[in-house]
Amino acid sequence: MAEAAIQLIGINKSFGAVRANRDINLEVERGTIHGIIGENGAGKSTLMSILYGFYQADSGEVHVGGKATSIHTPNDAIAAGIGMVHQHFMLVENFTVIENVILGAEGEPLLNASISKARSELQRLEREYGLEVDPDAIIEELPVGLQQRVEILKALFRGCDILILDEPTGVLTPAEADHLFRILKMLKDEGKTVVLITHKLREIMAITDTVSVMRQGTMVATRKTSETTVEELAELMVGRRVLLRVEKGEAKPAGVKLSVKDLTVKDSRGVVMVDGVSLEVRAGEIVGIAGVAGNGQSELIEAISGIRKAEAGTVLLDGKPIDVTGHADPGELRDRGLAHVPEDRHHVGLVLAFEEAENSVLGYHDKPQYLRGPFLNIEAIHADAREKIEKYDIRPANDRLKTANFSGGNQQKIVLAREIEQDPGVLIVGQPTRGVDVGAIEFIHKRLIAMRDAGKAVLLVSVELDEIRSLSDRILVMFAGRVVGERGPEASEGELGLLMAGVERQEAAE
Amino acid sequence: MSTPFAKLPRWADYGLIPLINLLVAFIVAGIVVLLVGENPLKAAAVLVEGAFGSGQNLAYTLYYATTFIFTGLAVAVAFHAGLFNIGGEGQAYIAGIGVAAVCLTFDGILPWWLTFPLAIVASAVVGAAWAFIPAYLQARRGSHIVITTIMFNYIAASVMVYLLVNVIKPAGSMAPQTRDFLEGAQLPKLGWLFEVFGLSVRSAPLNVSFLLALFMAWVVWLLIWRTKLGFEMRTFGFSPKAARYAGIGEARVTIVAMLISGGLAGMMALNPIMGDQHRMQLDFVSGAGFVGIAVALMGRSHPAGIIAAAVLFGALYQGGAELAFEMPNVSRDMIVIMMGLVILFAGALEHMFRPTVQTIFASLSPRSMGVPAPKGEGA
Amino acid sequence: MFDTIIQLCDATLRVSAPLLLACLAGLYSERAGIFDIGLEGKMLAGAFAGASAAAVSGSAWVGLLVAILAAVALALVHGFASITHRGNQIVSGVAINFIVAGTTIILGQAWFQQGGRTPSLAGAARFEGITLPGAEAVRGVPILGPIYSELLSGHSILVYVAFLMVPLTWWVLFRTRFGLRLRAVGENPAAVDTAGISVTWLRYRAVIITGVLTGMAGAYLSVAQNAGFVKDMTAGKGYIALAALIFAKWKPVPAMFACLLFGFLDAASIRIQGSPVGIVTWLPPLVLLVTALVLLGYAKLKMLPVILGSLAAGVVAYLLAVVLQPYGPPPVRVPVQLINALPFILTVILLAGFIGKAIPPRAGGVPYVKER
Repeated sequence: MAEAAIQLIGINKSFGAVRANRDINLEVERGTIHGIIGENGAGKSTLMSILYGFYQADSGEVHVGGKATSIHTPNDAIAAGIGMVHQHFMLVENFTVIENVILGAEGEPLLNASISKARSELQRLEREYGLEVDPDAIIEELPVGLQQRVEILKALFRGCDILILDEPTGVLTPAEADHLFRILKMLKDEGKTVVLITHKLREIMAITDTVSVMRQGTMVATRKTSETTVEELAELMVGRRVLLRVEKGEAKPAGVKLSVKDLTVKDSRGVVMVDGVSLEVRAGEIVGIAGVAGNGQSELIEAISGIRKAEAGTVLLDGKPIDVTGHADPGELRDRGLAHVPEDRHHVGLVLAFEEAENSVLGYHDKPQYLRGPFLNIEAIHADAREKIEKYDIRPANDRLKTANFSGGNQQKIVLAREIEQDPGVLIVGQPTRGVDVGAIEFIHKRLIAMRDAGKAVLLVSVELDEIRSLSDRILVMFAGRVVGERGPEASEGELGLLMAGVERQEAAE
Repeated sequence: MSTPFAKLPRWADYGLIPLINLLVAFIVAGIVVLLVGENPLKAAAVLVEGAFGSGQNLAYTLYYATTFIFTGLAVAVAFHAGLFNIGGEGQAYIAGIGVAAVCLTFDGILPWWLTFPLAIVASAVVGAAWAFIPAYLQARRGSHIVITTIMFNYIAASVMVYLLVNVIKPAGSMAPQTRDFLEGAQLPKLGWLFEVFGLSVRSAPLNVSFLLALFMAWVVWLLIWRTKLGFEMRTFGFSPKAARYAGIGEARVTIVAMLISGGLAGMMALNPIMGDQHRMQLDFVSGAGFVGIAVALMGRSHPAGIIAAAVLFGALYQGGAELAFEMPNVSRDMIVIMMGLVILFAGALEHMFRPTVQTIFASLSPRSMGVPAPKGEGA
Repeated sequence: MFDTIIQLCDATLRVSAPLLLACLAGLYSERAGIFDIGLEGKMLAGAFAGASAAAVSGSAWVGLLVAILAAVALALVHGFASITHRGNQIVSGVAINFIVAGTTIILGQAWFQQGGRTPSLAGAARFEGITLPGAEAVRGVPILGPIYSELLSGHSILVYVAFLMVPLTWWVLFRTRFGLRLRAVGENPAAVDTAGISVTWLRYRAVIITGVLTGMAGAYLSVAQNAGFVKDMTAGKGYIALAALIFAKWKPVPAMFACLLFGFLDAASIRIQGSPVGIVTWLPPLVLLVTALVLLGYAKLKMLPVILGSLAAGVVAYLLAVVLQPYGPPPVRVPVQLINALPFILTVILLAGFIGKAIPPRAGGVPYVKER
């Protein structure tokens, strides 16, 4: 039995009312690659940020190399031999590679000496691990894969024994990812310990020795990778939740309301997030898009609803095009009957500083029923808001209360009420029940079914597999920016889980 | 922005915290008074007496307040759209051209009540035009509006000096100013308003533009909270992402908000030019554009708060003048210090006392505080 | 004619020095991600504190020290508001400018009773010009003699310090550990934080340096260039320095050329007040400075070619101007206000993106909050 490189005992961490980590215990053996897997929001990154001293745990102990170690700052972590490659790179973009590498570990007050020392050290690391990168290149001119390599070099340069990587392959091409894995294996062979945070099962199976599964802030299981299966992990990850069955009748799909063809969307970093996606949504059906967060679902619905510019592709609403690659105007799309419940209700769907009533018309504030010439028709807006509060049971029933003071579920109801009550032909919904209490979930689900039954087209994106399965009439699975499969609502959780993990596609390719 | 929605009762948020900030500003100012060897409490008494002690003093206070209401509203309107218009000074200065042009053209032909509306329009249009360039550069070319408006203040000053010295100055005159306006461009005083209460204003220049300022405060309230445009400005100011989602054009809101802001700043020129001096002279704005920043911060960008803050600063101006008589060491520049301190404590350090106040409130009545809203569900 | 140019250039150096000190001051702060529109106020405080202390103590050096202390104190206030309390940096800067504008007058009047002035400084209470070695000896040598003895020699110590600060700043910024971290924290504070360096302490050190340099700039105004403090004596120099900083794209050597350009405009505006000026006087220095700025800022050249190239351009412009004078444009009467406004107009044009793009440090103006 090899000794433990890291031991976490009883770690707890809350952000406000959200318990990101509950009573976490974890042991990572020296000289192994240890995977931590879980859905987005399961608390993986928080846990690792605690280990790296970026956050402070509310309670619990950290042992490094068998000794209790108090890690209050990244400096303590570095001193304890821990290095971390963050999901969002911590690089100074207009610095050279070597400047980034030595930052904080210069050793002496003058740069010339530290740079020449670093230069030979980098050459050594390059020889040993195949980590080639031009030390004088400017970061922002490097491809993402190489930027990540710089992050690894930074950690190694500081002499880390334990390397934590947070979702390292999210931004990499498959070839780059394979190269990364070779590097990680080499590090392991050198006796280093690697902790790999990911939500991709394939990676876990490919390179880890041990895997721990996190779900909703708790550590649910630890397995030897050789003794587990993708199916088991998928199930552990998603969990057997109390299935929220929604009573619904047979769908009666009619004509195509929304049609997407070959849509390609990049994110702000220029990474292709949606890669030639085509889909159709008919009147009277709910099409669910399943997938692990970060596989392009967000960008897809943002592009369709006109708040993110697409690179290529066409979108037809009722047979007429939406200018998704040019100046699509969300206001105009609303007029054409496309409503959108965005994933991020705090920053996009609502203005938290507004009164409830103001948010209940956001985006529809220029509709004639809410205006009187250039003025807002305050009476109409408030009457309308009170009506929605009644109908959607929004609590507290106070249309003058600041929106920030409502709970997550009630905030979501404000958004839903606003979008649904405009009687749109097409409704795009992102994460309708994220951070929403159970009672509200049921209510929201019923509303969505009612929309369908009223002959509307609903496009639903959710990372909650249960939700997708119980609401959708057709399920599309997105992986790495593509639709990798379509299934009916009867598809099993395991089957969808595999698709979401990109497993089938991988096998098909081989 | 770190604790935007921390829960405090409304009255604490809008009353108590500004009050504490103001109090601290006064205490620091009191220390300065001590430093120059005077008694701060006595100074305060003189100041209050000087600002409110007689009809004339009160009228002077409101005359200054008029100016500050305009510039305060200008800053506030931009604030609501998330923009920091530091250029009120330059916009007001340049707008003087509009006022002067109308006055010089019509003062012999039209009565004041016809000249005044024309001058209002001219001041607003010229002020807005001067704000347009920084607004356009921000909206279309991403130039930082704070820097460009600062630059435009200095450019405005140069333009005005040039015009007053070389172009507008009547031939044969030495002073860089326009000729004196005839009666058709002199605004009536509001002395009668005071005489109703048995007060005498004597020579105080309080004039009808005070009423215009109050009216504009109401218009701004209407604009911000009762119009579609105001709704869009506030949405954009609070959350550009939500504005995009709601189909609100960023460039349009930026430009329109700045035009309104510049127009309000421009109207400030009416008060000294038509209401008091009856001519346009060098440096007639004398820092009022900057006072507007303090007024807007103090008044929390709400017209009612702005009127209160403008009266406060008007009182400091007027009371400060009286104070300078009584205590030669405490000149009117004390007001500039006060202004700076208010900007510092009500603006840059506005959150300094908030945690303490919150803790006190929480310990007094834990139930009213509730649980802080979760910031998001992702880890 | 040649004498006129020498005098103009000499005046340019003198008025550029405080701009340069303030501009470099701003550079440290803004490179660290703290915007500072309070340069003006700190400079004014330095001028007042310096003149007061020099008047009381009779020593210019004491004046300089006190000037620095006053400016650093204000820099710490700015730091307290914008680093510790994550307040709005613009608002804080505006506040400081006002506090100082009022305080200097009030205290000046209270302490010295001269209408806001400080007593006139003389002798050891003022920095006098330093005659460089051999300046008298070479005065007679044609061309180079006057350049050395009149243009380069005879300035106060602070002028030399200001110009020496340029290579020093460059060296600190690009050749030391502190400079590397300083630049990093202005671009991506999270990278600095995760590298185990305190963002707060780093930024505080930057604003302290800003305080030191603005204090020197202020002391120069009241204890060297003039013999005492007068009300509002900075008269917008802090904002011109800010404009120069933007113009120089936050780089030390271009900052020097930008300050020289703006200083030249200032010197020229004093010189041409009212009277028409021939092209021989203003064309060569203007060409020289503009060439230097363009070469430095927009074509990435090394120092030596830039200096040689701009000097060559200046000489060519001089010869051209001499030849053209009889045929060329008659002496022009330029409105002095236009020249005064030129630094600001040029900066706006630059900000509008018409000549290159001024990209500020990426984390500038944004308080650092650990994200979750």
